[in-house]
Amino acid sequence: MFEFVFPNDLNVTWSVMIVLYPYITGLVAGAFIVSSLYHLFGQEALKPVARFSLASAFVFLIFAPLPLLIHLGHPERAFNIMITPNFQSAMAGFGYIYTAYLIVVAIEVWLVVREDLIARARGTGPIALLCRAALLFNVRSTEATRAADHRAAKFLAGLGIPMACLLHGYVGFLFGSLKANPWWSTPLMLIIFIFSAIVSGISILVFHYMTISRINGWKLDRPCVRTMGKFLWGFMIIAVSLELLEVMSVAYKQTEEWEIIGKLIGDKLFWSYIVLQYLVFSLIPFFLLAANALFKLRLKVSNTVVFIAASMLLVQVILMRWNVIIGGQMLSKSGRGFTSYVPGIFEKEGLITAAIIFTAPFLILYLFHRVVPLFPVEAMQKKTA
Amino acid sequence: MTAPDEKKPTAPDRREFLARCGQVALGGLFVIKCTPALADLVASDGADDIPEWAYAVDTTKCIGCGACMRACRAENNVPESQFRTWVERYEIRGDHAVRIDIASDENNATFLSNATPAAEAKDGRVKAFFVPKLCNHCETSVCVQVCPVGATFRTKDGVVLVDPEHCVGCGYCVQACPYSTRFINKETHTADKCTLCYHRITKGLLPACVQSCPVGARIFGNVKDPDSEISRVLRERRYTLLKPELGTNPRCYYIGLDMEVV
Repeated sequence: MFEFVFPNDLNVTWSVMIVLYPYITGLVAGAFIVSSLYHLFGQEALKPVARFSLASAFVFLIFAPLPLLIHLGHPERAFNIMITPNFQSAMAGFGYIYTAYLIVVAIEVWLVVREDLIARARGTGPIALLCRAALLFNVRSTEATRAADHRAAKFLAGLGIPMACLLHGYVGFLFGSLKANPWWSTPLMLIIFIFSAIVSGISILVFHYMTISRINGWKLDRPCVRTMGKFLWGFMIIAVSLELLEVMSVAYKQTEEWEIIGKLIGDKLFWSYIVLQYLVFSLIPFFLLAANALFKLRLKVSNTVVFIAASMLLVQVILMRWNVIIGGQMLSKSGRGFTSYVPGIFEKEGLITAAIIFTAPFLILYLFHRVVPLFPVEAMQKKTA
Repeated sequence: MTAPDEKKPTAPDRREFLARCGQVALGGLFVIKCTPALADLVASDGADDIPEWAYAVDTTKCIGCGACMRACRAENNVPESQFRTWVERYEIRGDHAVRIDIASDENNATFLSNATPAAEAKDGRVKAFFVPKLCNHCETSVCVQVCPVGATFRTKDGVVLVDPEHCVGCGYCVQACPYSTRFINKETHTADKCTLCYHRITKGLLPACVQSCPVGARIFGNVKDPDSEISRVLRERRYTLLKPELGTNPRCYYIGLDMEVV
């Protein structure tokens, strides 16, 4: 192998922040789709997590642009993307798509929690006043208003699905349409991003719901967990198949780019891509979720199996994002050499920043839960000793 | 069956209304279509005076001294370890082993190299040459296409530039350039690259790298002028483009390239 890297390729431009961004929007899109499975597609088994998934999508969506802002060379000019958009650019629609989707999700959340807000608004004190303000001082609740809210929420759930796919799919398209980079340049990228998003979204809900239930000693809703496990299995099969299909077709065709891509995955990304992304974090969850979907396991076993699989798939998707985004920048456009990237810990675009951005949504969700419960009453039943 | 409604003579006839709509639409279309054309007609005074800049690199002449790199760095305040232009050194041995590295711009005796030396050929013979690189100022520029805010643009005289006041520093263009000639400037945090020394060429001077080349390996000029050196070179010599299969239509022509050059 000739070790030749173009001099400007030695610096990796898109840091761990750009790995985090599609990860978070993926969680948003995935969580939103779970909430729509209940609100729109009548998956009654998902009722315990329906509101929780919508709230998760909303909260993660609020934090999604943060890694991008931190990454921009001039964040104070961020609104240029909406003031002077160049619509030839796949990136230019971001501001509009993001804003429109944020509005849709925010209104849907508002409609779904309206009844609980009305209940909280009846008292006195700052929280009650806040709730009244959030309700625009309209605390009427009748059969008719509830039906109207429900209809509107259903409509927004339907509208939100293509928007969620658009918000996350365009990121995939952005990478997939870059002809300069053989590791990115594939029309499959958009669809790979969407399906991996759904996988990560379902996974975060399973992980978070089961963790919260464990902490609070709630009785787990078994049909809900099992249904999520089944959906997870289906979507992960599609996601991983697409990821494999892309690489296998490049490998089999043996065109010029295979020379560098083969070395990238066989050498530079060997551990993070072949071993971890596929052999460990795809294969093991696949068998675990297959067991959950195909056999009637004992309650404890089946819950444990789904929990482990979901936790592993959360790692699988972050690995996939890393391997795509960092891996693509490791190969030089000379096609003859590689650079390397290790994220700093304390720097502006480092690991601590990433950890803060990623944990903040969970704290906001906790505060949300303090005002308006994230789960229906029946999901919060204590386990009987 | 109902009789046609004749009780509302004041109501406009539908057919007439549709016809009027069609006329208005056609008229509007005519205005929209012709306005830019008319504007162009008015503005086309002196369009022929606008030069069309192009650049040629004669790799058969380059000696790898790095004077161009030093001149560029000094002229354009390019930060350390970032490059608006650089010079590659190729060594191709008898057994097709290739070794590539980069001429240092600090002094012309050393080379920046992380390359492993190619295996010694049996006969020890080596073909070696230098290839200067810079922005190709593509006609179908990927960077212009992908810039989300329109900060990167191509001028009427054929130079691709970045507006540093408007660039948000997202790095999309850096990823999109197949030639890796762009970088996010470490000091200004905006996209940066070769401008063909636009501040010089618009005053009738040569780009710093062309000015400083001791052997005439870098050729710059107006291709609309048939008597310019670049026109003569492109008429007389055989040239190729870098990565022509990507459809970027570069305006940087390479003379004497080997197939190993990327």
